[in-house]
Amino acid sequence: MTELTSTSPSQEDGHENTPAKLGHSPVAPIPHRLRVTDTDPKAARRAERQVASMFTLSMVFIILAVIAYATIDKFATIYIPVLGEVGTSNVVLGLTFGIAVFLIGAGAIQWAKKLMPDVEVVQERHDMVSEKSDDQLAAAQYERGKDESGFARYKLIRRSLLGALALFPIPLVVVLRDLWITPADSPSPTEILSETLWTSGKRIVSDGTYVPVRPEDLPVGGLVSALPEGIMEVQEEEHNMNARGKATIILVRMDPDQIRSQQGEGWDYNGILAYSKICTHVGCPIALYEQRTHHLLCPCHQSTFDLADSGAVIFGPAARNMPQLPISVDEEGYLIATQDFAQPVGPSFWERDRT
Amino acid sequence: MSTTADHPVEKIGEASAQYVDERLGSNKFLGRNLGKVFPDHWSFMLGEIALYSFIIVLLTGTFLTFFYNPSMVEVIYNGSYVPLKGVQMSEAYASSLNISFEVRGGLLIRQMHHWSALIFVAAMAVHMFRVFFTGAFRKPREFNWLVGVGLTALALGAGFTGYSLPDDLLSGTGLQIIRGILQSIPLVGTWAAFLVFGGEFPGTDIIPRLYAAHILLIPGILLALISVHLMMVWTQKHTQFPGPGRTNDNVVGYPLLPVYMAKAGGFFFIVFGIIALIGGLVTVNPIWIFGPYTPDQVSAGTQPDWYIGWLDGALRLMPNWENVIAGFTISWNVLIPSVIIPGILFTGLALYPFLEAWASGDKREHNLLERPRNAPVRTGIGVAAIVFYGILWIGGGNDVIATTFNLSFNALSWTLRITLIIGPPIAFLITKRICLGLQRKDREKLLHGYESGRVLRLPHGEFIEVHQPLNYKELAVISAKEDLAVLPAPEKTDADGVRNPTYRVDQLRHKLSSWFLRDNITRPTDAEIEAGQAHASHTAALEAPLNEYELQDEDPVGHGGVLHHPGMPMTNQEQIDQRQ
Ligand code: HEM
Ligand code: FES
Repeated sequence: MTELTSTSPSQEDGHENTPAKLGHSPVAPIPHRLRVTDTDPKAARRAERQVASMFTLSMVFIILAVIAYATIDKFATIYIPVLGEVGTSNVVLGLTFGIAVFLIGAGAIQWAKKLMPDVEVVQERHDMVSEKSDDQLAAAQYERGKDESGFARYKLIRRSLLGALALFPIPLVVVLRDLWITPADSPSPTEILSETLWTSGKRIVSDGTYVPVRPEDLPVGGLVSALPEGIMEVQEEEHNMNARGKATIILVRMDPDQIRSQQGEGWDYNGILAYSKICTHVGCPIALYEQRTHHLLCPCHQSTFDLADSGAVIFGPAARNMPQLPISVDEEGYLIATQDFAQPVGPSFWERDRT
Repeated sequence: MSTTADHPVEKIGEASAQYVDERLGSNKFLGRNLGKVFPDHWSFMLGEIALYSFIIVLLTGTFLTFFYNPSMVEVIYNGSYVPLKGVQMSEAYASSLNISFEVRGGLLIRQMHHWSALIFVAAMAVHMFRVFFTGAFRKPREFNWLVGVGLTALALGAGFTGYSLPDDLLSGTGLQIIRGILQSIPLVGTWAAFLVFGGEFPGTDIIPRLYAAHILLIPGILLALISVHLMMVWTQKHTQFPGPGRTNDNVVGYPLLPVYMAKAGGFFFIVFGIIALIGGLVTVNPIWIFGPYTPDQVSAGTQPDWYIGWLDGALRLMPNWENVIAGFTISWNVLIPSVIIPGILFTGLALYPFLEAWASGDKREHNLLERPRNAPVRTGIGVAAIVFYGILWIGGGNDVIATTFNLSFNALSWTLRITLIIGPPIAFLITKRICLGLQRKDREKLLHGYESGRVLRLPHGEFIEVHQPLNYKELAVISAKEDLAVLPAPEKTDADGVRNPTYRVDQLRHKLSSWFLRDNITRPTDAEIEAGQAHASHTAALEAPLNEYELQDEDPVGHGGVLHHPGMPMTNQEQIDQRQ
């Protein structure tokens, strides 16, 4: 049964501790319906039991969670429809702990909804602005401070202090310079970005196996990811993958007649072309190649390059051709670079075209 | 309730409260605040979800720090995940794998960390929408809006730095893109990239640096800002939606102790429990599948976390403009989508409350929320911004869409580019129209009540349509609409012929004000509303004997008091006076 009452702060049994007593303003017409638990002691008892059993059940699930932690083999897996083959420990821990915690919340909310007063109360608000007297007090204090310090009078002190305060953060910014520690003779960022491991005569090795590549290893239409010979030694010596990030290339082979243009005369070797693998947009490595169209598609933002046409951009946000690496074969018949890239690889940068 | 504690536990409680109070004077605060009233509405839970998921992120993140090793030193993996045995990888990646496979409960905590991070950002975004569309950012809450904008930006930073930590192939690719973006910044970009990465990309410094930012710097600032945010909510008291008994000068709701505490505290556990369940059941970021990072490999068709998608989309949709000016390269194709557009969006977001206040000339405090329909231009701007964001976000999945629906990238990109430009204005116009339509309907309801659609033949033969009066709740909600007057057009010269020095600015302000306000449908006067409702009651009463229609069955006290509470609509003159 629901009965309608209008709320006034001190009515109704069970609500006698409504904070409305503690200086709340008289209540405007706010609607209120009595709940079953307000009128029927049995319903209230039921709600009490409900809340208590949620809290109790929560304890049970916490114990289950601890048991699961201790007993389930961490490599055990279990098949669950929709989820597939998943780690048993993870699923059981998540379920038991999750349910336990959820029950605490559900119990608390049920308690609030069913058993605590659901009478809305009203409090006054006051504008945020200070009272006039507080304004004046603040102003007076400020004036006193100004007078006593002489901030207005001592022009020299004031200006020199402002100057000092303006300068003091400078060293804190300057020390950031050594976020990149460089020896005195270190090349500039522009130089670093413009040079790779490729030099005249450097052999091309395939990625993964690191064995030198011969032209015969490349079928027409195929694409191979490759690196300069000795890359692993450099990597070990420098303890980083910087050299790899710049020198990585792709080799593609096409029918020489289909090559419409190249970035340099004779930069291919019998239809084998080498291009940088690093996208000129923002630098993702590219290996999606469609042999029929000779298009190279970047998986990051779909820039598409035509490898039969100097690596020109035919679609997407990249603005520059993929840099081409001139290649040939050495006397033992292995593919080699004949020089370094003629332009910096990877994303553009401010000084790029000054090199 | 007696004031002396009789239960032993209460006795201890009372003694400790006393002990603390003698040292901190805390009872004064408690006495004043334990009864503090908080208004209730489902949408007020959004901020709570954000807060709770942040706490969960802190807890789970701390656990992760015990096992995670932010080092880019290469090691050979020898853990229990067989497919990667013997593979060379960074210690960061290896330790993330160990958290997932070796540490019991580690995967659960890792997934809870990731899920709560996702929910954190999502709840924050939706919370921000709520604040925007209900005008909760208006005076006196502009500072809190600014704090919120800062929190949003930091949350993106927290998410991105965290996502990069496992040093798997996906996260490294994200960093590679960041490197490209840094390099596109004119003048300082190249150096910025070298400083951030400690030299050339990828180097070996970036993961430890991101780690410091991720677990100390960003959460530290977030925590400080969240505290400030909540303190401001506390002092300013929460806004409330219009409703019976609710005015601009009161707060209607539940007291902190016990109801609000039980509900909010309970809700924390609910969020915690749900995140634990999701963490146990739904895989997120399965780094073991992606493999370790190396700068010459990428996996196709991968997507960043959802909140980064729009930036990715912007990068994808941008035309490939690049200029060389005086020998220097400017990559507009990267700069615009990843630096300039986000910069404009966040600046606009931060400035919006101040622009709106300036345009409307409204200097009053607003504690009653405004229904979105009653501010059609604001609502329109919000929807337009969401459409803009949404299209960028869709753009971030253009490869998925193109392959799923077999569309050409080219056609899809152009469609999205064009929609990005014309979509938001169209969304604005449509939204504004809808809002004005709803306002018109509201006016009708206030003047005539509901049309019941039933026609009644009166004994003397006249036909009337039966109208039903609004119930007192609706009446309170609808009649809370405020009409602001457009700011008057400035005069070029004053009465004495002196030129108005601020004429141009005033003119602009007048135009903005007019754009913002002029199309609003005026709310009927109180007298008109009373008359309209009385008439509706009358027709309904005529019909009542026929179908036992119960007049105003939910209104125990009548609605008389509702229309006249303080803080309700002022006349135009009053408003203009107030703004001086
Ligand atoms: C403030 C908001 C935060 C957000 C949005 C956030 C987000 C993330 C995300 C998305 C990840 C990737 C998780 C994965 O491996 O799938 C992550 C990783 C991590 N986070 Fe957080 N995080 C936050 C705060 C924290 C805090 C406060 C700590 C530590 C006190 C922390 C510690 C970690 C650690 C150690 C990892 C690496 C875990 C791994 O690689 O397995 N995070 N974070
Ligand atoms: S990185 Fe290749 S298209 Fe963006």
